[in-house]
Amino acid sequence: MSVTSETLAPPAALRPLAWLRKNLFSNWFNALLTIFSLVFLYFALVSIVRWVFFTADWSPVTIAPLLFLIGQYPRDQLWRPALSMLMCVFLIGLSWAIWERYVKAFAIFLGVLLGVLALIPLETPTITLGVRAVFLACPVLIYLGFWIGRRLEVKGKYIVTLWLLASVLITLVLLPGIRSIPGLPAVPTTAWGGLLVTLLLAVGGIVLSFPIGVLLALGRRSSLPVVKLFSILFIEVVRGVPLVTILFMFSIILALFLPAESRIDRLLRALIAMVVFSAAYTAENVRGGLQAIPEGQVEAAKALGLSSFHITFFIVLPQALRLVIPNIVGQFISLFKDTTLVVIVGINDLLGIGNAVLNLRPEFVRLQMEVYLFIAIIFWIFSYFMSYASLELEKALGVGER
Amino acid sequence: MTEESQKREPIIVCNEVHKWYGNFHALRGISLEVYPREVIVIFGPSGSGKSTFIRTLNRLEEHQRGTIIVDGIELSHDVRNVEAVRMETGMVFQQFNLFPHLTVMQNITLAPIWVRKWPKDQAEQVATELLERVGIPEQADKYPGQLSGGQQQRVAIARALAMQPHIMLFDEPTSALDPEMIKEVLDVMVELAKSGMTIVAVTHEMGFARAVADRMIFFDKGEIVEQGTPHQIFHDPQNDRTKLFLSQILHH
Ligand SMILES: Nc1ncnc2c1ncn2[C@@H]1O[C@H](COP(=O)(O)OP(=O)(O)O)[C@@H](O)[C@H]1O
Ligand SMILES: [Mg+2]
Repeated sequence: MSVTSETLAPPAALRPLAWLRKNLFSNWFNALLTIFSLVFLYFALVSIVRWVFFTADWSPVTIAPLLFLIGQYPRDQLWRPALSMLMCVFLIGLSWAIWERYVKAFAIFLGVLLGVLALIPLETPTITLGVRAVFLACPVLIYLGFWIGRRLEVKGKYIVTLWLLASVLITLVLLPGIRSIPGLPAVPTTAWGGLLVTLLLAVGGIVLSFPIGVLLALGRRSSLPVVKLFSILFIEVVRGVPLVTILFMFSIILALFLPAESRIDRLLRALIAMVVFSAAYTAENVRGGLQAIPEGQVEAAKALGLSSFHITFFIVLPQALRLVIPNIVGQFISLFKDTTLVVIVGINDLLGIGNAVLNLRPEFVRLQMEVYLFIAIIFWIFSYFMSYASLELEKALGVGER
Repeated sequence: MTEESQKREPIIVCNEVHKWYGNFHALRGISLEVYPREVIVIFGPSGSGKSTFIRTLNRLEEHQRGTIIVDGIELSHDVRNVEAVRMETGMVFQQFNLFPHLTVMQNITLAPIWVRKWPKDQAEQVATELLERVGIPEQADKYPGQLSGGQQQRVAIARALAMQPHIMLFDEPTSALDPEMIKEVLDVMVELAKSGMTIVAVTHEMGFARAVADRMIFFDKGEIVEQGTPHQIFHDPQNDRTKLFLSQILHH
């Protein structure tokens, strides 16, 4: 048989007009659908734009933007959340430098958003020049972080360490304050609120529940009966109970049983509840990944003389985790949204603040649409960038796969 | 057995080894001595316990009766003994079992770095030499999924050799390969055999057995039915089962 040596060029990409015809107007039904959709989109857009810019009354949001950001955090201590925010955006910039694929879009979006917020010509008494300066500093710091990260070729592990240090500093020193340090008066968590609390619960919940969940998943497969039993009990009990119930248990019932002086902080209790809840689901997700790793992997590692510790952390877990990353990120996005449930135990997260603002003035009561939409958009932004990063991560991890 | 090998101490001693899977008696009293530098080929019908046996030699399977002593260390419930034996034996599997999330270089250097505690440079240098030896020096930075089956199996051999084992165990290393890739793997194994490595290989590659085996062992129903030099086995098999099996695999 003779083999043709001639190679064919790939078919040329369709030109715009041809593309339109092929994809949107291939037959009369398709054309009808296209036209109908366009008309629908047009009217929807027009009415949305009209509502957003002319009908809607955004005064509940614009009158107290700081409330949405930090709740009742004492206004004479504003520098503390401000400094926290500046540290975070700087680290976001640094992270952008080395995890460009995942962080870049979010970093740029955040920088632009904060920059615009700083310059927006709205007369709101609470947005002082100082606050605007802080907002304006954010894009600068993001870029500075990026620039430094690139310049010094900062390693990932140092950035992770910096993030950990910053979170400890922010959550244990800067925000709550320490009585013995002058200039850092204690601010009870009851005064914290808004996006600050939402992010603390979400980030804290995610970061703390992940390792616990992984350990539980490993514990469930442990050869030690006690460890195994504990892990199974923990996972199954928690998964059988709604988050609301767990929140109530930790917030109210626990408080009843513990002596008053040993009571843990209310916000901390809510955080622990979220961690407990999320850890059980992480464990189940990770377990799925662990089960998918072929026995041959473990055998090959054993045959090389690797210890079970090394086998778990170098061979099995990395492969298992990459399999379940999409699930886990999905679960974290749910957790992020579920933080709104803390409203029911009296914590003023973003949603709680929204409710509070609606009750601020009688004329606000009919402006629920505006307030909830505003909150929804904030949640959407964060969720969107999380799933964006997850998709990128999936793509990146696909590299070594067959 | 050659006269020379009888003078030396055996490096593997199996005495009356039994193994059950539940009620199924998979190994029925295997006794075998392997001498240093010897090349042993184990063959026999599917399900006869060849894999089970070779896997008891590094305790991927536990035996329930009898003793196995490898390189002077008895395989028992003592984890330290098991780990010591595994450091001295390399194993190559039918399905390669490379770590798909690690590059070829990382696959090879992982155990030397974490088990032998070699510095990374040294481990990488040894790995580079081994990749050279198995004929794929240019693949170091690829992932296993980017290699052909034959290349993967050669990486697996290099990975096992990196621990500088005294004994190499092969469990049907070419059975999962496309025909055109079998030779490149067998060539590496032949070179290894000629270099003096002690080898226990489950394989039906009779060309390999003829070329380098010192002894061939015929397994059936969990027992050693017959053993002898390739010449004895091919030209003068004693047992009917051996004859039948050989006629089946040789006259195809
Ligand atoms: N993990 C196991 N559990 C139960 N039976 C097994 C297991 N592994 C192997 N066996 C059985 O033991 C016998 C020997 O298997 P194996 O050693 O794999 O044979 P071979 O490698 O010679 O084909 C087979 O009958 C097989 O079904
Ligand atoms: Mg087998």
